[in-house]
Amino acid sequence: MTDLPAQKVDLKSILSTPARVDNSEGMSYLQSVPRRIVTLYIPLSIIVVILLFPFYWMGLTAIKPDEQLLDLDKYNPFWTWNPTFKHIHKLLFESYYPHWLWNTMYVAVGATVLSIIASVLAAYAIVRLRYKGANLVGGLIFLAYLVPPSILFIPLATVVFQYGLFDSPLALILTYPTILIPFSTWLLMGYFKTIPFELEECALIDGASRWQILIKIVLPLAIPGLISAFIFCFTLCWNEFIYALTFLQSTPNKTVPVAIVNEFVDGDIYRWGSLMAGALCGSLPLVILYAFFVEHYVSAMTGAVKE
Amino acid sequence: MADIALAPRRAKTEIREATAWEQLRHNRNWLGFWFMLPALAFLIFFLAYPLGLGIWLSFTDTRIGRVGHFIGTENYEWLWDDAIFWLSVFNTLIYTFIASAIKFAVGLYLALLLNERMPFKALLRAAVLIPFIVPTVLSALAFWWIFDSQFSIISWSLKHLGLITQNINFLGDTTWARICVIFANIWRGVPFVAITLLAGLQTVQPSLYEAATLDGASRWQMFRFITYPLLTPIIAVVMTFSVLFTFTDFQLIWAMTRGGPVNATHLMATLSYQRAIIAGQLGEGAAISSAMIPFLLAAIMVSWFGLQRRKWQQGESND
Repeated sequence: MTDLPAQKVDLKSILSTPARVDNSEGMSYLQSVPRRIVTLYIPLSIIVVILLFPFYWMGLTAIKPDEQLLDLDKYNPFWTWNPTFKHIHKLLFESYYPHWLWNTMYVAVGATVLSIIASVLAAYAIVRLRYKGANLVGGLIFLAYLVPPSILFIPLATVVFQYGLFDSPLALILTYPTILIPFSTWLLMGYFKTIPFELEECALIDGASRWQILIKIVLPLAIPGLISAFIFCFTLCWNEFIYALTFLQSTPNKTVPVAIVNEFVDGDIYRWGSLMAGALCGSLPLVILYAFFVEHYVSAMTGAVKE
Repeated sequence: MADIALAPRRAKTEIREATAWEQLRHNRNWLGFWFMLPALAFLIFFLAYPLGLGIWLSFTDTRIGRVGHFIGTENYEWLWDDAIFWLSVFNTLIYTFIASAIKFAVGLYLALLLNERMPFKALLRAAVLIPFIVPTVLSALAFWWIFDSQFSIISWSLKHLGLITQNINFLGDTTWARICVIFANIWRGVPFVAITLLAGLQTVQPSLYEAATLDGASRWQMFRFITYPLLTPIIAVVMTFSVLFTFTDFQLIWAMTRGGPVNATHLMATLSYQRAIIAGQLGEGAAISSAMIPFLLAAIMVSWFGLQRRKWQQGESND
């Protein structure tokens, strides 16, 4: 026989003390903090610093006074105590830079809107109308995705010249969709596949036409996909270089990347400040847009690869 | 009463053949055609037609402002004996191979790091992707300034650390110039590889790792026998894209070196731009860019087989 406990167990105090706090999730308790610092935080911070340093350098150069830029011995190059907006002022008020920004924006919005409209129709037809040969066309569009601009710009230059579009933003608005349509069609196909087919069947029974179904049922449900496609296409347009370099000639018509490379790069030893200011102002709109739609960007990038 | 039901009833409107117009509006195939029309028009006029035209141009002696004549394979024969062309092919292959290999290694490593549980994870992931968002040319200009021969911050730092005494002539020396453009390409490509692979990693179930831990697997074994096999399909696709875009890269080189010094960083794309647009020899430039097509086809084949393997892994039939 076991002896009864000599003391009375204080049930009340046992029940009222909280259990040992354990916030670790999954298997993370297996790793000690020092180990995590060495295997995770140090390598990660090195990579992130390398990835972000050029932007810091770009921003710093853009606001440094000229004499500090070129005198590395007297001033600490990694910081400045008297920032100047001279370079940015020169850029915005003494050059065509606002024109170039406007051109880039205009071309990017135009090409993106055109390609989204075309891709919505194409993706819907491939996924939901399933006409004869839809899978084949889908495959061909994927192949079109893999045709790079570097092998198309020479013949496209002759085509653009024949159509009389040379040196006009319209040339870019019409040629950029060849890069954007394959990408956004694949992205939207993925989104349309996730919309339940039953919704469309109901609408068909109620007498809706295909067009009405697309406008009133599918598109409102695919808005996240549309935003992803839109901002990703916009970024690609802004980034595009070789077509803009080949098809545009006169200075006021250029887009930001082409104009900075061609117009700002001269023999002037003091050019760096304005060059970096130009690069900074050309990047900021995209970075701001990106900051608002990080998740959409990521899903656009990964979605197009997964499909 | 039953004969009422049996009696033939006349429909109010006759059933008639659909007119051609109605078929055009309602037939599934025709409707599909109308929906496809805008996309197809773009892709045919500005992609398929120029692709064919480019190959045709490579067999002619077209120049800017002059219609060319068919000259057979003369452009290719000329290129065959052109040392600069072969140098550009060599550069392109080196550039693609080294940059893609390192991009893959660093990208996969970064994805594994980002997949760990840690504070500010979303913020870090957003920061990592910034190099991919900023237009390539603009970040290439930042690298141009970082690699400046006189005022390079890297030379300055190394000098102050006492490692070197002279400034490194980053973009003026052939070997250094190659290293610099490859570095810039890796810098720009790593975020894409890392973020897409991270998306793949997040689909791997944690219970697999728990089971492996119970079985006594080391971290390397867990990576080798769980993570890597489950990631291969997405790795195949990502690397195909990466190789494709590295191989046909133009803007990074053009903004940083324009092919110099002494053609050491000329890729096939930059050489074809120089010959076709600057020198005006459209035919010859088209021949150079057409010479890229076999390489691209090889990359597409890799992607194709990668995708097939994925279907098989998911238990679908190979179609």
